[in-house]
Amino acid sequence: MSGHVFHPGHDELHGVTVVITGTSGRTYVGRWHERGPRGVTMRDAAIYDPASNRLPLDAWLAKQRKFGVAATEKHLVVPTEEAGEVALFDPA
Amino acid sequence: MYPEMMVKPMRDELTRLGVEELRSVPDVDAALGEPSGTALVFVNSVCGCAAGMARPALAKALQHGTKPAKLYTVFAGQDLDATARARSYFGEYQPSSPSVALLKDGEVVAFVHRHQIEGRHPDAIAAALTQAFDTYCA
Repeated sequence: MSGHVFHPGHDELHGVTVVITGTSGRTYVGRWHERGPRGVTMRDAAIYDPASNRLPLDAWLAKQRKFGVAATEKHLVVPTEEAGEVALFDPA
Repeated sequence: MYPEMMVKPMRDELTRLGVEELRSVPDVDAALGEPSGTALVFVNSVCGCAAGMARPALAKALQHGTKPAKLYTVFAGQDLDATARARSYFGEYQPSSPSVALLKDGEVVAFVHRHQIEGRHPDAIAAALTQAFDTYCA
């Protein structure tokens, strides 16, 4: 992803709601804050865990898109080894 | 919380459109407590990149022929109690700011979340709003 920087002075995804696919099978939705040595810091994040969530991932994501991100984590670091593919949550 | 002198222009950008600012819980309850007809609630924010798109989008949308009967705003991060109270009227819609709720007879019928504002041009956001106005306010 390149081009427009949403929040000048930060990296290009700062403040943007993203989906991170975890290597563990978990999925994370929240506002990207920064990528640091420990991993990706997110704000107001929700976590999908296939082991404990009753909904399929697609249905869970659709619910988050309709009703908003049901954040359970005000501040979350997704470890570097866990942070896989990153995508915009709601591409324009 | 940001100094009032910094956020006042962000408040004024809406109130000069005729949007009534709700700054206390009693303000919110008086506005939304006895619902009838259509009401828009704009959750304002200091985030320059998202709210900086959303406020001009609302201005453009309000030029549309069909629009909600009542127009309100609360300021997230500034008027905390009023914002929390307003969100209590949004049912299962999750808090985000900026965001826009359209209510009809007390029920949320359309909602524009922050994630639907990020990175979008005000014209695109305004189009989403006017589409909701045409659907629910005609």
